[in-house]
Amino acid sequence: MSRGARLAILTAIVAVLFVASLACGKLWVPPAVLFSADPRWAIVRDLRLPRAVLGLALGASLGLSGAVLQGYLRNPLADPAVVGVSSAAALGAVAAILAGAGAGPWPFAAAMAAAGAAMALLTALTWRSESSVAFILAGTVLASLAGALTAFLISLAPNPYLVAEVIDWLMGALTDRGWPDLALALPCMAAGMAVLATTGRALDALTLGEGAARSIGIRLGRLQLAIVLGTGLAVGAGVAVTGVIGFVGLVVPHLLRPVFGHRPAALLLPSALGGAALVLAADSLCRLAPGAGEVRLGVAMALIGAPFFLALLLLGRWRQGWN
Amino acid sequence: MELSVERLSVTLGRRTVLDAIDARLRPGRVTAILGPNGAGKSTLLKAAAGLVPAAAGTVRLGGAAVATMAPRARARAIGYLPQDAAVHWNVPAREVVALGRLAHRAPFAAPDAEDAGAIADAVAATEIAALLDRPVATLSGGERARVLLARVLAGTPRWLLADEPLASLDPAHQFDVLDRLREVAARGSGVAIVLHDIAHAARIADDVLLLKAGRLVAAGPVAETLTPAAVAALFGVAVRWCDGVLVPIGRSPG
Repeated sequence: MSRGARLAILTAIVAVLFVASLACGKLWVPPAVLFSADPRWAIVRDLRLPRAVLGLALGASLGLSGAVLQGYLRNPLADPAVVGVSSAAALGAVAAILAGAGAGPWPFAAAMAAAGAAMALLTALTWRSESSVAFILAGTVLASLAGALTAFLISLAPNPYLVAEVIDWLMGALTDRGWPDLALALPCMAAGMAVLATTGRALDALTLGEGAARSIGIRLGRLQLAIVLGTGLAVGAGVAVTGVIGFVGLVVPHLLRPVFGHRPAALLLPSALGGAALVLAADSLCRLAPGAGEVRLGVAMALIGAPFFLALLLLGRWRQGWN
Repeated sequence: MELSVERLSVTLGRRTVLDAIDARLRPGRVTAILGPNGAGKSTLLKAAAGLVPAAAGTVRLGGAAVATMAPRARARAIGYLPQDAAVHWNVPAREVVALGRLAHRAPFAAPDAEDAGAIADAVAATEIAALLDRPVATLSGGERARVLLARVLAGTPRWLLADEPLASLDPAHQFDVLDRLREVAARGSGVAIVLHDIAHAARIADDVLLLKAGRLVAAGPVAETLTPAAVAALFGVAVRWCDGVLVPIGRSPG
């Protein structure tokens, strides 16, 4: 089967999951109701459609960022969290919530400001260093620092209700996200993904190592800047409106490598589509969970991710004959 | 187009790895860079490829400073085969060879007939047609080395700089690769290779650069420069010419 046919199938899966995401929930809305005068259309238009679009964009951002970072670091275990942008954005949003500015555009603004600061710090820490080792170390430092500061801020919370609000936000979800959230996040995500989409050629060259990539004419400093900027915008904006949702960027390129091959550039578009499919599917399942409430998407992804890696570990051991 | 190294010094951290090297590498000839471990051979090759910044001095390609050339233009002119034969993803050999054409294409442009022709020539020269669809993880060290050489040849560079290209090859493929490099030089390109094997250097090279502790000890045509006395001083190894072949015979006395 050609690459085009595989991409078409993946796109069709995303389209089906998108429509399913509009239809499913505590109240089932059949497709015939869409664009009709039926009051259930209002549920779709005002609640499920922005949520589905956000899920699509978030999944694509996370999947694409994961594929780019795995290609850049030449490590299949890398994911957007290694850059530290997710943790920094979460720190910003938590600070806003604890400062009493948990509504309206303030958490988003604070999260993006923190993500921007993290990007600037990461750029400063890796300035003139074209080594991916310096990049991963600096990202790890930033992620750890942002995580520690987040915990510190939570410990200073004036009342338990704010702590509960922060914990709820940190778990990550698409619940109750509407058009205003989308209007804030979508332009940043689109810009970030556009920047990341330009990295394919350099990532391919990095397959041969940093020295050979530079000898092929790749500017590693420029590539690093594009990755910091693209991940910061795409993932930062995602975290800013949905909270921290892990594993997508890690798992999706893994899943798609056997189908689309290992060449990093060939994995970018499939990973964006695969990320969108995974988040749409997981969010729909979250809504279908029994009980009055919903399972948080971030929690659901972690529940999917851990067994996935266990399966990978067991498969790897089995292939090596348990030696 | 001549590759000239002018008063080139390179420092890594606080250590001076190359100290005021002057050398002129001529196209259409094979230049072997020889010296004991830590002499600065690989660093000289990287500096010549514009991959290591000079602390002082410069490297010029036909008069233009390599360090200030646009990266893609430099990549089209100088092909560099690193010592490290790592391929980090398990891609088919075909995709590795195709990377050699990256600097010849505009961003997002698809490969054209010229790319296909250059790749076909490189594949034929390295005899890897049967390996093209195999993932690199399934290749032997020697097969992988030939695929990586094909990658550089596909770029049709005017200068080919190879850092120990024989390291993982069996004797037959060592001769094959050396013959390929000679052919490249015969077509008018320049070839500079770092070698450890004195006999191979004597066989393939037209010129040699002898390095020791970051300094250029001697440079010139093989017959005049790679003398038993020079080899003894450089490596502490005794050699003698035997039917036109330079043969190491043991440690030199003293």
